[in-house]
Amino acid sequence: MSSEKFKTLESPAVPLPIENVDTDQIIPARFLKATTREGFGENLFRDWRFDKSGAPKEDFVLNKNTYTGKILVAGKNFGSGSSREHAAWAIHDYGFKVVVSSFFADIFKNNALNNGLLPVQVSDSFLLTLFKAIESNSDTQIKVDLEAQLISIVASGESESFEINPYKKECLLNGYDDIDYLLRMKEKIVQFEKSRS
Amino acid sequence: MAGKTLFDKIWDKHVVDEIDGGPSVLYIDRHLVHEVTSPQAFAGIEKRGISLFRPENTVATPDHNVPTIDQHLSIKDELSRFQVNKLTENCEKHGVTLYGLNHPYHGIVHVIGPELGITQPGLTMVCGDSHTSTHGAFGSVAFGIGTSEVEMVMATQCILQPKPKKMLISVDGELSKGVTAKDVVLYIIAKISASGGTGYFIEYAGSTITSLSMEGRMTVCNMSIESGARGGLIAPDETTFAYIKGREFAPKGADFDLAVERWKLLKSDEDAVFDEELHFDAADIEPMITYGTNPGMGAKIKDEIPAVDEIDKSTRESYKKSLAYMGFEAGSPIAGRKVDYVFVGSCTNGRIEDLREVAQFVKGKRKAEHVTAWLVPGSKQVEEQAHKEGITEILEAAGFKLRQPGCSACLAMNDDKVPEGMLAVATSNRNFEGRQGPGSRTMLASPLTAAASAVTGEVTDPRSLL
Repeated sequence: MSSEKFKTLESPAVPLPIENVDTDQIIPARFLKATTREGFGENLFRDWRFDKSGAPKEDFVLNKNTYTGKILVAGKNFGSGSSREHAAWAIHDYGFKVVVSSFFADIFKNNALNNGLLPVQVSDSFLLTLFKAIESNSDTQIKVDLEAQLISIVASGESESFEINPYKKECLLNGYDDIDYLLRMKEKIVQFEKSRS
Repeated sequence: MAGKTLFDKIWDKHVVDEIDGGPSVLYIDRHLVHEVTSPQAFAGIEKRGISLFRPENTVATPDHNVPTIDQHLSIKDELSRFQVNKLTENCEKHGVTLYGLNHPYHGIVHVIGPELGITQPGLTMVCGDSHTSTHGAFGSVAFGIGTSEVEMVMATQCILQPKPKKMLISVDGELSKGVTAKDVVLYIIAKISASGGTGYFIEYAGSTITSLSMEGRMTVCNMSIESGARGGLIAPDETTFAYIKGREFAPKGADFDLAVERWKLLKSDEDAVFDEELHFDAADIEPMITYGTNPGMGAKIKDEIPAVDEIDKSTRESYKKSLAYMGFEAGSPIAGRKVDYVFVGSCTNGRIEDLREVAQFVKGKRKAEHVTAWLVPGSKQVEEQAHKEGITEILEAAGFKLRQPGCSACLAMNDDKVPEGMLAVATSNRNFEGRQGPGSRTMLASPLTAAASAVTGEVTDPRSLL
């Protein structure tokens, strides 16, 4: 569980205009053998990023020097498939703090939020605007303001608000941890168990 | 006031608390654990200096990473061995029941839960695996979770979870010969897409669904996640009760009768309101197979791969990318492609009924020379049963060999990897790029279609051989 706080972030972004990016692409199963949370960034998008011999594939976006930054902007239905939290760990470990898409798979979204990685869901049209802005100028600064729930393109001022569960927002803003929250409820949980038996 | 759905009834009964504007604190009855998504959670509770809150409601088994031959020997792959040993160590330390390799109850976590009677109607169940939805076939609320959530359940037997919306999918009518539960669910996902169920929990209903065996129902619920849905469930009925009766952890004697009385109440009210309702006709369903790189890209085997102009403009680029990976031409016929590998197994189709179906089909036939076939039972009990019923001999006579239980080539974490460029017809649940090994190409289908394709050596509609 992350206790890292997230308030605002201003950064250039890395575009990945591919739909249905599943968790097997984010981190293939053969790299799930570790028993700690660290180091998964090395194999983020492994089979898109590296060839068989382990050499970087030049045409993959993470291997181009053009795009850098802490925001990953991806196509619709990001994070579908497996429940592996390793996918969120890999993205975070690589250095991203925000993933933007027009649609997220449920489990991925929860996993991201539980690890201080903010999933920002925007409209299809704003996603297109973002892709265009980033592709025309790779230094385009994107600002994500969690308090205001607003994502904007700094230079043009184009922006869109995004939804986030108020509880999760509080957790991220303050670095609160779900398990601490639940542990404080222990008595209530025991009461609940008694009431059922 | 409108009636309640089955999902609402079970969910609401398990809510310990509601957070204002936030998720529910949901009590979890059964927690299933495997080696891949649990080590970081065990480490987490240890770091907090706490123990498992309800270890007696937790059951573990190693499945993702295990070899499917020579299970009596030490695991060769060092990292896999370490992870499997770590699970043993963690279970011993924290008092969790473990069905390790070679234990008579060992198997894929979603196969052993039901066969041991751990899975029961009305329960909430979770596991750090998206196919936990399988258990919904018994009328339980079962869904996959991430490792942080695994840690939550270990620490408090509760999980913070936003309540999903409800979708009803009803299928009515009789399935024609050669059409199975797998075809039903592949058909549904092809209709609603790989993201059509996102945000929802599905209830499957209708005469087609209730006519399915428990194995068939599990296949359907198993693949709920492939439409993006968190889970799927089916109201329990006599078929369900008969399956549970007599199983290891099922209630016994008078307790069982009492439980059945309770379970009979588990159904959606007549006037229950769903956020979305879809109806399909069994007569429209034929043997299905996928041709792309997500489970929503499925079609009837007798059809062609859709032409590019039939695809919505906004997704054409992804469509083309997907076909390019598969090496398939838009508009070309699906059947008749040369098949290199056939995989029968996984939590989707690794149960005894699946092996029976394959054995019945291949009896007196012969596997095509060039096809490598992996038949992997879902559990030790399935393996034993196959031996007992003579299925193993039938398979061997037809050129197939039964392996040992595990997730195997479904996700290829072990050595069961489909080599680069090879085409596999698989009864598992995902056809993602590289899912069965780097560069592998997967077409998802029913055990019957897999068997037919193994015999002819090409993608085959099984009805042509029935």
